[in-house]
Amino acid sequence: MNPVDIAVAANESLAEFSNLLIKSAMAVYALAFVAHIVEWVFGSRSKVARTAAALTAQGAGRSGDARTAAAGKGADKVSVTVRTSGGTEVLERPRVVTRSAPGRRAGVPDGPGAAGGDERGDLYGRIAVSLTVLAFLLHFAAVLTRALSVQRAPWGNMYEFSTAFSMVVVGAYLAFLVAKKDIRWIGLPLVTTVLLDLGLAIVVFYTESDQLVPALDSYWMWIHVSLAIVCGALFYLGAVSTLLYLFRDRHEAKLEAGGRPGAFATSVLERLPSSASLDGFAYRINAAVFPFWTFTIIAGAIWAENAWGRYWGWDPKETWSFITWVGYAAYLHARATAGWKGRKAAYLALIAFLCFLFNYYGVNIFFEGLHSYGGV
Amino acid sequence: MPTADVGKALENTRAGAEEQEAGGRISTAPREDSSVDVPALGPVGWARWFWRQLTSMRVALILLFLLSLAAVPGSLIPQNGANVFAVRNFKERNGTLAEVYDRLQLFDVYSSVWFSAIYILLFVSLIGCILPRSWQFIGQLRSRPPRAPRRLTGMPAHTTWRTDAEPERVLRAARILLKGRRFRTSPTDPPGPDGSGPGGSVAAEKGYLREAGNLVFHVSLIVMLIAFAAGQLWNSEGGKLIVEGDGFSNTLVHYDDFTSGSLYDTEDLDVFGFTLEEFHASFERTGPQRGTARTFRADVSYWEGADGAEKKTSIEVNHPLKVGDSKVFLVGHGYAPVVTVTDGQGKMAYRGPVPFLPQESLGLTSTGVIKVTDYRDKDGEKEQLGFQGIFTPTYGIDAERGPHSTFPELDYPVLSLNAFHGDLGVDAGLPQNVYQLDTDKMEQFKAEDGDLFRADLRPGESVELPDGAGTLTFDRVEQWASFQVSQEPGEGWALAGATAAVLGLAGSLFIRRRRVWVRARRGADGVTVVEMAGLGRSESARLPEELGDLAFALQDDAPPAADPDGADPDGEDPAPGGDTGRSSGRDTGGSTEDVPAATEDAGPSSRGENE
Ligand code: HEM
Repeated sequence: MNPVDIAVAANESLAEFSNLLIKSAMAVYALAFVAHIVEWVFGSRSKVARTAAALTAQGAGRSGDARTAAAGKGADKVSVTVRTSGGTEVLERPRVVTRSAPGRRAGVPDGPGAAGGDERGDLYGRIAVSLTVLAFLLHFAAVLTRALSVQRAPWGNMYEFSTAFSMVVVGAYLAFLVAKKDIRWIGLPLVTTVLLDLGLAIVVFYTESDQLVPALDSYWMWIHVSLAIVCGALFYLGAVSTLLYLFRDRHEAKLEAGGRPGAFATSVLERLPSSASLDGFAYRINAAVFPFWTFTIIAGAIWAENAWGRYWGWDPKETWSFITWVGYAAYLHARATAGWKGRKAAYLALIAFLCFLFNYYGVNIFFEGLHSYGGV
Repeated sequence: MPTADVGKALENTRAGAEEQEAGGRISTAPREDSSVDVPALGPVGWARWFWRQLTSMRVALILLFLLSLAAVPGSLIPQNGANVFAVRNFKERNGTLAEVYDRLQLFDVYSSVWFSAIYILLFVSLIGCILPRSWQFIGQLRSRPPRAPRRLTGMPAHTTWRTDAEPERVLRAARILLKGRRFRTSPTDPPGPDGSGPGGSVAAEKGYLREAGNLVFHVSLIVMLIAFAAGQLWNSEGGKLIVEGDGFSNTLVHYDDFTSGSLYDTEDLDVFGFTLEEFHASFERTGPQRGTARTFRADVSYWEGADGAEKKTSIEVNHPLKVGDSKVFLVGHGYAPVVTVTDGQGKMAYRGPVPFLPQESLGLTSTGVIKVTDYRDKDGEKEQLGFQGIFTPTYGIDAERGPHSTFPELDYPVLSLNAFHGDLGVDAGLPQNVYQLDTDKMEQFKAEDGDLFRADLRPGESVELPDGAGTLTFDRVEQWASFQVSQEPGEGWALAGATAAVLGLAGSLFIRRRRVWVRARRGADGVTVVEMAGLGRSESARLPEELGDLAFALQDDAPPAADPDGADPDGEDPAPGGDTGRSSGRDTGGSTEDVPAATEDAGPSSRGENE
């Protein structure tokens, strides 16, 4: 690669515009946050107790082992119009009956979402999502203008890393929504973290836009860092889902044992997807991201080899990437190990994500390593 | 998710050995026997027990967890391998604690006994786990998917419908369909002479690559570990500081420092050399990042082999020079003031660039020493001189920091020196640090007024040493660059292993292994009943979807027939309790199955009696 051209002075007005865009995005995220709160508040009025009902039915059936959840995913496609040789006719699409493994409370239906079936709640939920889309566009524009102002990929320091990170988080969330995945329940925690992250970015990490120190100037670095951002964003979604799974699982266990959870817990947890769904979602995300995280570390090693002459040197950042990686590997193993599924595996996933976070914030701030960026 | 789950589910339905068979061999993961029973007496029994424990998933999991835990202290405590100075500092500041740490090998975590023990155990476990699994997998590749279990309704996903097509036709179509979708199918079981009875069936399986991917991933981990270990044993790494215009040839004696793995042979040093023609550095001049480095470039000419021609190239931070198996990295730079010292006799006693080492990166304030060994004082007596100095590329001074450099480029260079005379101690035969002055046997020059002598020089300036002891001239400034030359064997293997690991992992995590069975039989009213079921290695929402797609595609050849009157799809269990299922086959039912939870609940218990 060519050396960074010093003649390219950072375009300051563009950078300022980017800052303005970030602040506007934050304002809109704040509105989305309020809308989500309203959604949850309205939703609480409807009394939902489907979990208890399902669990009681299950108890009454006393099947104990295998359970059948009628239709499942296949159900929404029961009848399909097809073209056969004769002409168009409506065929009954075969209905697939699924049967779940034991111990999973598979009969428990997913909660109705934050709005809890309340129309006004739903309206505010939609408003919140629309605001999130708007905020995302502003956020995206901010990252883009920042990139243009420095004429390079916009993740050369902690400030840029943080803004790009939360942008990808929101992007992934919206992509799931577009793909019609049931994920609106994550909206409130997501918007909250994004606000925190951006606040931290502008208050603590802010660095004027500038070029890079030579060690950071390598295309392996771009691959490494952009992948790290994407992996982190998706791991974040997995972690939120895991955390909610733990709450929801305890809630269900309590109901199953005949307990009566508090009104607030009931109101909130009943509206979330079932513990099996949350767990499944978290697993699929973590499992899908793991190979990419592996590749991220390898790309980092190749870069380190070019920059410092060794591909692995137990620098704090490398060490914590390794710890995170082994943490997620342990999680995947736990999922396949009898006696470790469920809650224990979930704790491992959370620990692994905390390691990721520590690697991202803690190591840059507390350690003197080769990875300390320009600025922070 | 995986086998154990499915396996248990099947066991729990007590739906017969056949159904367990159906889920068998869908993975090579070791069966988890949760019993940690006391082994049979005797050393062999114990050894076997120990080996079983070590190669179990549970222990692998614990070792993984321990490995990540054990890596933590290495990032919190300074490590000898990374920063010897930090370790030394730490030891100075924390006496007894450092001793405890030392004893626990906490300054060398990644080569410590306990860290090694964990990963060696893990890799023994891995090998013990992966070999049997590989054999098993090869066996699976040669075998055919197990035949359809009698009760397809016991499977995690199933569907059924009635059609007017003949059972044979349905089965033939199913086989073609499944093969077309790259399922491996086993030969069709014929449906029986008149199409009645338990019916014929097709078994199919897909996604073997998942298992292969998992095995490749784990084997690659072993390859990576071996490559890493080989790198540690056979690597070499040497450092060399070169002032502009000077050269280096790759032999042991020319290195400033050199470390190598325990099996490295210095005969293996590549034959090459290079000259640092010019060094370029530029720094940010404005803004908050003023002083941050922007470019470093070392222009060198190098030769290779015994009589290689000279070639020109530049070495930059992310762009090492590759010669043979060696790589030359640019790792540092700084300034080397060129000084001339004349002795008390007026003769030149020393001339040359003296590399000064940067103490901080924002202004490159550097320190260094000048040692003049070949010196006579004004009376002609043999003595030695030593100078201790600070070099500031852009001189500045403030109350807090004293004299320091405010910018890393040569905007206003100043060399400040203290001078000593006496015995440098260099003749004692002990190796001496060229950047440190041992003043034990030296005396500092005093100026006329009795204060300690001190000189601040700009390039071109000279200073007289007190009492006619000679002069020192600061001629000009040159730059130096430091290089690291490393040979790291096994690097290619590590990269290959890593690549294979990622690919294997992707296969292992993105490919689903699943089985599909299709059965067709003639119902009591002469209409064919088609049953399809799917079983995945892990529970996945996509299995029912895929089964639905397959069933839908099969309906081109087996169009659904109208339901017989009164056959209420809800509430019919196709295998009611009284049906022994074995001999008579199922001639009841055959209705479109659309079973809500409540009815299916009755299933397992009623089936239980069949056993
Ligand atoms: C160096 C340490 C190890 C690492 C980093 C590691 C990593 C992984 C990962 C990431 C997976 C997930 C892939 C998947 O779910 O298919 C996995 C699966 C698996 N690993 Fe390991 N592993 C290690 C050691 C071992 C050992 C020692 C064993 C044997 C006891 C083992 C047995 C398995 C098995 C059987 C699976 C498949 C689990 C399943 O059925 O899903 N691994 N491993």
